[in-house]
Amino acid sequence: MGQMLLEAKNVCAFYGATQVLHGLNLSIAEGGITTLLGANGAGKTTMLRSLCGMVRTTGEIKFTGKKISGQATEDIVRLGIAHVPDGRGTFVRLTVQENLQLGAMTRGDKEGIVADVDRVLGYFPRLRERYRQQAGTLSGGEQQMLAIGRAFMLRPKLMLLDEPSFGLAPLVVQEVFSILKKMNEKEKVSIFLVEQNASLALNLADHAYLIETGRVVMSGPANTIREDENIRRAYLGY
Amino acid sequence: MELFLHQVLAGLATGGIYACLALAIVMIYQAIDHLNFAQGEMAMFSTFIAWQLIQWGIPYWAAFFITLAVSFAGGLVIERVVLRPLHNAPILSHVAIFIALFAILNSAAGFIWDYQVKNFPTPFGTKSILGEGLLSAHDAGMIAITFALLIFLYLFFNFTRTGLAMRAAAANPESARLVGVRVGWMLALGWGMAASIGAVAGMMIAPVVFLEPNMMSSILLYGFAGAVVGGLTSPPGAVIGGLMVGIIENLAGTFIPVIGSELKLSIALALIVLVLTVKPSGLFGRTVVHRV
Repeated sequence: MGQMLLEAKNVCAFYGATQVLHGLNLSIAEGGITTLLGANGAGKTTMLRSLCGMVRTTGEIKFTGKKISGQATEDIVRLGIAHVPDGRGTFVRLTVQENLQLGAMTRGDKEGIVADVDRVLGYFPRLRERYRQQAGTLSGGEQQMLAIGRAFMLRPKLMLLDEPSFGLAPLVVQEVFSILKKMNEKEKVSIFLVEQNASLALNLADHAYLIETGRVVMSGPANTIREDENIRRAYLGY
Repeated sequence: MELFLHQVLAGLATGGIYACLALAIVMIYQAIDHLNFAQGEMAMFSTFIAWQLIQWGIPYWAAFFITLAVSFAGGLVIERVVLRPLHNAPILSHVAIFIALFAILNSAAGFIWDYQVKNFPTPFGTKSILGEGLLSAHDAGMIAITFALLIFLYLFFNFTRTGLAMRAAAANPESARLVGVRVGWMLALGWGMAASIGAVAGMMIAPVVFLEPNMMSSILLYGFAGAVVGGLTSPPGAVIGGLMVGIIENLAGTFIPVIGSELKLSIALALIVLVLTVKPSGLFGRTVVHRV
C-alpha cells in the first residue's frame, strides 16, 4: 500500500441539529481501492458528502496533504476529486455527449478531452450508441456508466462512488465493477467505494472500513475482513 | 385577401415587440428555472438609462452598448444582493421577490424620470418599407435584431462551455457543483444576460410604445404568451411564439367582430390557457423524458 491520498480525522457531520457522523477517522491509499461498508443509515453517504463539502462538518480532512475541509464543493472538485453521487446525478435534459463534456468542465486541454471522451466510450460501448440521446432516456445501468464516465472526464486523482450497484441487474453490476477495476489499474485512479453489497465491494477493494451509526467499528485489508466469519456474521450479514 | 396580408404584416410588426421580450423571459427561465415577473420592468428601467445617456448627448449606438453593460452589471447585482441569500428558499419567496422588484423598479423609474411620456429614438428610421404604415423600417430592424440575438444565444448555449455550464447549473445545481461548475456565478451570469437582453427589448420597443414607467405592463402579458406558446425551454420558440401572438392578436381583432380592439388583450390570456391545456411544453419546447 502506497502513500495516503486522503486522510480524515475526527470527522463529525450534521444535518441541521442532527449529528450523523461521530468522530470518524479514515484514510484512503493512493492508487488503491478503499471501501466503506455499513448498513442503511450508518452514515456512508454522509461520509462521502462530507469529503466534498456538501454537508456541515467538523474535524479535519486532508487531500494530498492539504486541508480541504471547509472549502466549497466546486473548489474541492477542482483539486481532483470526482464524486459519483447517490442517484447518479445525471443531467437528464442534456445529451450523453453534453454530460461527458460537463465532466471535463474544469479542464483546459481540448485534445486531452477529446481523447478521454473516446476512452470513456471505449470502456462503455453502450454510451457510444446513445451518444446524442437525452440522458434521461438511458436505462439505470447506462446512467450509472454515464455517471462514472462523467467522473472520469475530470481526470481525477480520487473517484468517490456512492453505491454504484444500487438498483442494477447482477450482470450489469459485474460489468460496472470490472470496469472500475480496470480504471483503477490502467488509469491510476484511486477509488473510494461506498457499498451496501459487502461481498461485491470486498472482492474489488484492497482495504475496507466498516461503520455503524457514524463510527468506524472495524478496518483492515479487504481479504482479511472477507474471510473473518465473525465479522461477516456480525456486521455484513452474509 | 389584401386586408388579410396587411393585418399579417401589422401583426408581424407588433409580434416583433413580443418576440423580443419573450426571448428575455425564456432566457432567464433557462438560467434560473423560474419566471421572472420583473423582467418587463427591468427592461423598462434599462431603457430609461439609455434615454438618459442620449439626453446627455451620447450617440445612439454608444448609449446602446453602455446600457447593455450597465444592465448586465445591474442584473448581476440583483442576483448577488437580493436573490443569493434566498437560494434555498421555496419558489413562493422567489415569486414575492419578483413582484417586489417589479414594484420597486416601476416606482423608482417614476421617481427619477417622472411619468411623463417620452420619445425614444430609433436607429433604423420610421419610413414605411412595406405597404402604407404597415411595416416600418424600425419594425423590420427590431425583428432583425431579435433574430440576431437569437442566433447569438443559440451559439452561446450550444457551442460554448460557459453556455453548457449555465444549462447544467440550472438543471441540476448539485451535480453541476460536483463537476466543478461555479453554480452561484452561473446564476448571476444568467441574470446579467437576461437583463441585457431585456435592455435590447426595451430599447427596441420604446420607439413604438413611447417611454414611460408603465410601458411594459400590457406588453409583458403578450411576452409571456409568446414565451408560453413557443415553449419556455426554447429561445427560437419564444421568438416564433411572440411573432405568432402578434399576428393572431391582429387577425382576431380584425376578423372576429366581437373582439375588435377592446378585447385584444384577452387573446393573449386565452392563448396561454389554450397552450397550457393542450400542449404544456409549448409548440417548440422540449418535453423532458423521464424513465419511470
